[in-house]
Amino acid sequence: MNWLLEPLAYQFMQRGLFASVIVGVLCAVMGTYVVLRGMAFLGDAMAHAILPGVAIAYLLQGNLLVGAGVAAVIVALSIGLFSREGVVKEDTAIGILFAAALSLGVALISSMQTYAVDLSHILFGNVLGVSSSDLWMIGILSLIILLTVAFFFKQFLVISFDPVLAATLRLPAELLRNLMLVLLALTVVVSLQTVGVSLAAAMLVTPAATAYLLIRRLLPMMLVSALIGALSSVIGLYLSYYLNIVSGSTIVLTATAFFLIAFLWKKMKSG
Amino acid sequence: MPHTPHRLEIENISIGYGDKIILQDLSFQVPHGARVAVVGPNGAGKSTLFKALVGILPLKSGKIFIHGESLGAHKDCVAYVPQREDVDWRFPVTVSDVVMMGRFGQIGWWSNPSKKDKQIVRRSIEQMGIADLTDLSIGQLSGGQQQRAFLARALAQEPHILLMDEPFTGVDATTQEVTFGLLDHLREKQVTSIISTHDLNLAASRFDLVLLINHRLIAFGTPKQVFTKEHLAGAFGNSLLVMEDGMMLVDECCPPEEEHHHAEVK
Repeated sequence: MNWLLEPLAYQFMQRGLFASVIVGVLCAVMGTYVVLRGMAFLGDAMAHAILPGVAIAYLLQGNLLVGAGVAAVIVALSIGLFSREGVVKEDTAIGILFAAALSLGVALISSMQTYAVDLSHILFGNVLGVSSSDLWMIGILSLIILLTVAFFFKQFLVISFDPVLAATLRLPAELLRNLMLVLLALTVVVSLQTVGVSLAAAMLVTPAATAYLLIRRLLPMMLVSALIGALSSVIGLYLSYYLNIVSGSTIVLTATAFFLIAFLWKKMKSG
Repeated sequence: MPHTPHRLEIENISIGYGDKIILQDLSFQVPHGARVAVVGPNGAGKSTLFKALVGILPLKSGKIFIHGESLGAHKDCVAYVPQREDVDWRFPVTVSDVVMMGRFGQIGWWSNPSKKDKQIVRRSIEQMGIADLTDLSIGQLSGGQQQRAFLARALAQEPHILLMDEPFTGVDATTQEVTFGLLDHLREKQVTSIISTHDLNLAASRFDLVLLINHRLIAFGTPKQVFTKEHLAGAFGNSLLVMEDGMMLVDECCPPEEEHHHAEVK
């Protein structure tokens, strides 16, 4: 039991553990929509697109999460704007904005003097550097996102499963779709600190895809996905501590291991 | 029937995507509780018309009135049974989840389904003869059962107008009869139903009215009025073959995923 408790003697490890479990759960819940609506590319793009926001916040010495949040919401809404009424296909709009924002972010960061270290933190996360104010921010934002999902559960179900029914029920589909994009953007922002922008997309997709293999109903799928996300975060963080590996990678690799186990189980059951 | 108020009035509507007009200047009126078959060759604009009727495709011009008010004034008075290929059958929902979605218009944004909602859902599922499948996910059902799940949802919606896009394509005989059973039941409740079909025999024998279109209105009226040589030639052009005894054959090419299809009408 000692090996379980030992890391928790450090305050930064406690905070890191809290932060990664919250992020694991949050990504897994939003990831359910990402997987079902085929938005994996969007999640990845959004994760990279917040880079300029982070860089500008860093240059202005403001809060990185706020900078990321502003950038993410701008990108989410621009994707909606460009692709509205099919002027540009959605994945094309995503591709353009993704590349532009990433380039802008790299340009800004490379102009800073100490960029090497900071860039790797932004890209891969620095869960052990979570301050207690960061943790509050992560907690509050996550709570807001999860409550919004709970409030709009029915509406999100209808617009995801059957847009035509949404139209006959006179749901404001456009508004709900944008709300979902904003929630997704905020989720990526929250996961910035723990897994970093380059691995956030994996945390959005992998636990939800694993749950999708096991469960055939939306709410249970979401809960199982959340459980897998939380477990991956805890196991991944311990692996990171003992093997001295970047925590973002160990968390994502643990989630991937869960996916492979579920995939093999499914294969064996059907074959 | 002519003296009852019109339930659905279509006035000079044109519909299309971008600059392309699919349906031009369409006008017709459907009375209270009538059963209308929408027929026409592939690409004639049947699905486009339905998309306009549910309000997902804006009108280029013209107006749609339901009970004398413009489209959108009434909540959930239109129920729509989608074409099979428009549904993601791998989505994690059970039969009862799908049918419950039909109640969402009544349930209110932030409330849970009431006892009454659950009752209506259960009754609708029973009426469609799929009570033993209630908790299965929709991907596990056969094609006919899947369609009946969506019919149950339309029933649970308690609509005034029911729209069905090609419900008789690729379903078994039981499902076809269950579908007509539902239509009879809805007619008793004065529900207007508008159904697109390739099957001209069904259109001629089991519908009150037929709407024949090919990018514009060719004919609208009783099957007898609509299925004349002139009208069919106007809609189907070269794919219409008139035999000596007056029998007419329509040979039309179906979308790739469907089998080649011969429909005939006497």
